[in-house]
Amino acid sequence: MTTKIFKSSQEALRDVISDSTIMSGGFGLCGIPENSINTLSEMPIRNLTLISNNIGNSGRGLVKLLVKDMITKAYCSYVGGNPDLEKRIFAKEIDVELVPQGTFSERIRAAGLGIRAFYTPTGHGTLVAEGKEVKEFDRPCILETALHADFAIIKAQKADPYGNLWFKETARNFSPLMAMAAKVTIVEVEELVELGDIAPEDVHLPGIFVQRIYKGSNYENAIEFKKVKE
Amino acid sequence: MTWTKHEMAQEVLNLIPENSSINLGIGQPTIVSEVLPENHTYMIHSENGVLGVGQRPCESEVSPTLINAGKETISTIKGASFFDSSLSFGMIRGGHIDFCILGGMQVDTDGSLANWMIPGKKVTGMGGAMDLVNGAKEVIIMMGHESKDGVSKLVKTCDLPLTGHSVVNKVVTNKGVFKIDNGKFEIIKLAPGIKKEELKLFELYK
Repeated sequence: MTTKIFKSSQEALRDVISDSTIMSGGFGLCGIPENSINTLSEMPIRNLTLISNNIGNSGRGLVKLLVKDMITKAYCSYVGGNPDLEKRIFAKEIDVELVPQGTFSERIRAAGLGIRAFYTPTGHGTLVAEGKEVKEFDRPCILETALHADFAIIKAQKADPYGNLWFKETARNFSPLMAMAAKVTIVEVEELVELGDIAPEDVHLPGIFVQRIYKGSNYENAIEFKKVKE
Repeated sequence: MTWTKHEMAQEVLNLIPENSSINLGIGQPTIVSEVLPENHTYMIHSENGVLGVGQRPCESEVSPTLINAGKETISTIKGASFFDSSLSFGMIRGGHIDFCILGGMQVDTDGSLANWMIPGKKVTGMGGAMDLVNGAKEVIIMMGHESKDGVSKLVKTCDLPLTGHSVVNKVVTNKGVFKIDNGKFEIIKLAPGIKKEELKLFELYK
């Protein structure tokens, strides 16, 4: 088996160039690929298209790329909690396509699974439907197309050398979908385990969708809003 | 007297039968999770990928990878499950979620909702709201009756960009509980001391 394991984030990301389209997993800051984001922010690349639910949050995550003006186009569903992004939208410094979150995840899943487009009721009668084909089923639906990327950067809790992945709690979110939708999927993990250590029935994403794996380090695993029982 | 947010949350809960699956939106609707009785039979869904959200965690249970859609730490109940975003929204779009509770900026007498942007002023994005209003079996909006400037958020026709057209079933505000019915807000209940005639745009109510 050709190894998919890379020694460092720098090595795993070395062929990411300007003008690339990159998907980045995570919901808010939960499950974001911290090491890959940090490494990309240090690379001399620009004019990136980012596909990510929040494009960072609370000044962290992909905001590191945003504040260096490395991102010119973005697809996301939610801007709340990301003042750096909102500011750039109003200043027209970035071209943002806001996509309803269910449509966002399904467009990514569709790309990975060979579906070219699908009809959905979500967004009908709103700005989201502008310029899109409408077809009447049980009710009016709009045509949405698959969303592809050159690279996906995601984080999993565990990977084996084949790239079988296991995610922790709600850190899974968009990551397995993005892994399927990109030409090259780069996974950073907290734990690299042996083949067989993740039981077949516990594999959340089969390794066929993963091209590169490395062990990350120094995770912040930031909590945005800590709420505890009073 | 207007209701407090916790009283509003209780009014929302009064509209929901036992054993229902409920999605709680970001902001005020998360307060509903704080008024759930012990041993309740609801299944709380959060669109970031969890069914079976429990109470706030104890300090020792806090996990950075266990959050709700508002990015707040949560716990899970026995019988909970985790899944990816596509399956999560499949549950919503596929009609498997009984109720969704969302915040709002405007609701109109057709049941249209606006809650994701104010042109030129504010963009929060729709997040999962457009999927929720089209997918959940029943849509309840929980919001202040008036904006900070005293303008009614229950209107004849929304003038902000819509989240969904003709999708809302009920509205719970700090002044009352209302049902959308034939182009009017039918009053189900008013907070103590609130009179219909004192509601702004009172001609929209019945």
